[in-house]
Amino acid sequence: MIRDSQLLDQLVTTVRRFVRERLIPAEPGVEQENAIPGAIIDEMRDLGLFGLTIPEAYGGLGLTMEEEVMVALELGYTSPAFRSVIGTNNGIGSQGIIADGTDEQKQYWLPRLARGEVIGSFALTEPDVGSDAAAIKTAARRQGKNYILNGTKRFITNAPIADVFTLMARTGGEGASGITAFLVPRNSPGLSLGKIDEKMGQRGTRTCDVILEDCVVPADAIIGGVEGQGFKTAMKVLNRGRLHIAAVCVGAAQRLCDESVSYARERKQFGKAIGEHQLVQAMLAESGTECFAGRCMVIEAARRMDSGARIIQEAASCKLYCSEMVGRVADRAVQIHGGSGYMRDSAVEHFYRDVRLFRLYEGTSQIQQIIIAREMLNA
Amino acid sequence: MKVLVPVKRVVDANVKVRVKGDGSGVELANVKMAMNPFDEIAVEEAIRLKDAGKVEEIIVVSIGPAQAQETLRTALAMGADRAILVKTDETAEPLGVAKVLKGVVDAEKPGLVILGKQAIDDDANQTGQMLAALLGWAQGTFASKVEINGDKAKVTREVDGGLQTIDLKMPAIVTVDLRLNQPRYASLPNIMKAKKKPLDEKSAADFGADLKPRLKVVKTEEPGGRKAGVKVKDVAELVSSLKSAGVI
Ligand SMILES: Cc1cc2nc3c(=O)[nH]c(=O)nc-3n(C[C@H](O)[C@H](O)[C@H](O)COP(=O)(O)OP(=O)(O)OC[C@H]3O[C@@H](n4cnc5c(N)ncnc54)[C@H](O)[C@@H]3O)c2cc1C
Repeated sequence: MIRDSQLLDQLVTTVRRFVRERLIPAEPGVEQENAIPGAIIDEMRDLGLFGLTIPEAYGGLGLTMEEEVMVALELGYTSPAFRSVIGTNNGIGSQGIIADGTDEQKQYWLPRLARGEVIGSFALTEPDVGSDAAAIKTAARRQGKNYILNGTKRFITNAPIADVFTLMARTGGEGASGITAFLVPRNSPGLSLGKIDEKMGQRGTRTCDVILEDCVVPADAIIGGVEGQGFKTAMKVLNRGRLHIAAVCVGAAQRLCDESVSYARERKQFGKAIGEHQLVQAMLAESGTECFAGRCMVIEAARRMDSGARIIQEAASCKLYCSEMVGRVADRAVQIHGGSGYMRDSAVEHFYRDVRLFRLYEGTSQIQQIIIAREMLNA
Repeated sequence: MKVLVPVKRVVDANVKVRVKGDGSGVELANVKMAMNPFDEIAVEEAIRLKDAGKVEEIIVVSIGPAQAQETLRTALAMGADRAILVKTDETAEPLGVAKVLKGVVDAEKPGLVILGKQAIDDDANQTGQMLAALLGWAQGTFASKVEINGDKAKVTREVDGGLQTIDLKMPAIVTVDLRLNQPRYASLPNIMKAKKKPLDEKSAADFGADLKPRLKVVKTEEPGGRKAGVKVKDVAELVSSLKSAGVI
C-alpha cells in the first residue's frame, strides 16, 4: 500500500540519489578497507535511514511494506554492506519490540533506534543451532529481579557496533514455547564479544560471537514482559524481513544488469561490441527477465501483506526466488565481464561474493522450500 | 529578514535529453524532472543563513506547471518555511519570470533574493539580472561566497580570470555558482514533514504580470557528433598542424 505516491516518489528519489552520489563512489574504499567510513554512517543517520520501518509515533517513517520494498529496491543497488548497517535497526533488531514490546520498551528503545543513536542487533543463531532455531540452548535462569544468561550466539550481524541485542534464550522446557526474547544492552555485566569473523563477502559489515557468561539482565528486559513468547515474536517479524531481503536482492540484480549492459556496450571483440553477439544477448535477456520477475513478485507480495493477507508462503517464495535469482544474475555478470569480472577492482566481483549470503541467512533456501511446501500442503 | 528563493523544475541532470521530432523543443513526456541544481545551491545557502541566525524566514517560489509543487516540496523538505506556486502552462521565459518575481518581491518584501545563476534547461542566465533591473536593486552574480553583515551583503563572484569581491547594499539580488556550497539531501523524516508546510497556489495575474511568450523558438537541434581526430607523431608536428589550422 502506498499512502501518498508523490511523497513516496520523493523519498525514493532521495534514496536513489544518495545511493548513486554517495554510496556507489564509496564502494571501492569499503572493499579496500573492509570498513564503512564513519562519515557515511553519519550521513545515513542524518538522512533518517535507520527509522524506515519504525512507527511515526516513535520518530520513524512508519513505511508500509510496499513503501519499504520500494526503498529497499533502491538500497540494494549498492554494496549490501551499506544496507546491512541499517538492516538490523529496521528489521529484526526493532520489529520484535514493535510487535510485542511493552509501552516502556517502545518509548525507550524505538526513538533511539529510529534516530540511529543506538544500533540494534538480533541474536538467535548458536554454534550448534542454525536452521533448527527452536532448538537453541542459551539458558536464562530467573534469580530474584534478574535473569542470568549463559550461552554463545554465533555470526551476529552488527554485534561489534551494537548497543542492544534482541536475544533469544531458553527460559522453559524444550521446543519453541520455552524460548524468550530479551533486550540485552551491550554493557550488561557478563556479556563479551568474540573476535570479528573473516567473511567471504559483504566487506565492511561485521559479525562476531556474542558470549554470555552469567550475564545479568533485569526481568523487565523480556520483550512484552512474558516468558515463552520469544519464538512467536520472531515468527511475527519474519515475513517483513524476508520481503525486505528479497527486494534488496532485486536491487542488486538490477545493478548487476546495468553493469553488464554498460560493459557489453563498451567491450569489443571480433570487431564489434560484445553486446552484439547473440550469446551475450541471451545472458542479458535471462538476467533482465529474472530481475523483472523478482521485482513483480516482491511488490505483489508486499501489497498483499499490507492488505492484511496471510503471506507466509509468498514471503518465503520471494526470499527463495530472489536470493537464488541474484546468484544467477551475478554469475552471468561475471561471465559477461570476462576476466575483468574476476578482478578485485570490478564491482561485479564483490557483488558475486556479497549476494551469496542472501541464500543463507534469514532462513536458508532449503528452509524457505520447506515453508512453501508446508503452506501449500496445509492449505 | 525574509529571503526569497525562486526554484525551477527542469529535466533531471542525469537524463539524456532528446530533441522532439518536429524540432520545436526537447522531449518532456515521461522524462524525470528535478530541481535545477543551481537552485538547490540557492536553497542550501538560504538555509545556512537561517542556521547562522541571519534570516528568519525562507520563502521558495516556483513559476511553472502544477507538478512544480514537487520541486517546492523538495525545497520545503530541505528546510524552507513556506512555498508559493505561480501556476502556468506557458513556457516560463526569463523576462516573464522576472516580472512575476518582482510582483512576489513587492508582496513579500524580502531583504534578499537568492537565485541560481542559470537553469540547466535553457541556460539563459538572465532572470536574476532582469529582476535586479526591474527592482532597481544591487546584484551580485555567480557567487562563490556570501556574507551578511547588517544591511550589507559581501559577495565573492567567480569572474573570468579570478574572484571579485563586492559589497551590496541590501535589499539585493544574489545569483549563485557551483562552488558556493554542497546542497544537503532532504532527510526522509523532513520530506514527510514538508507535506504539512504551507504551499500557496497563485497565478501570474495575482502579481500583476503575464507570462505570454516573448521569444520564438526557431529550431532545436542535437549538437553535431564528434568528428574524427588526427594522430600526430610528435610535438613539432602538433605545433605545425595547430598553426596550419590557424588556432595558434
Ligand atoms: C554473514 C552472516 C550473518 C548472520 N547474521 C545473523 C544474525 O544477525 N543473527 C542471527 O541470529 N544469525 C545470523 N546468521 C546466522 C544464519 O541465520 C544461519 O547461518 C542460517 O540460519 C543457517 O544456519 P547454519 O549456518 O547453522 O546452517 P545449518 O542449519 O547447519 O544448515 C546447513 C545446511 O543444511 C541445510 N538444512 C538444515 N536443516 C535442513 C532441513 N530440515 N532440510 C533440508 N536442509 C536442511 C541448510 O539449508 C544448509 O544448506 C548470520 C550468518 C551469516 C553467514
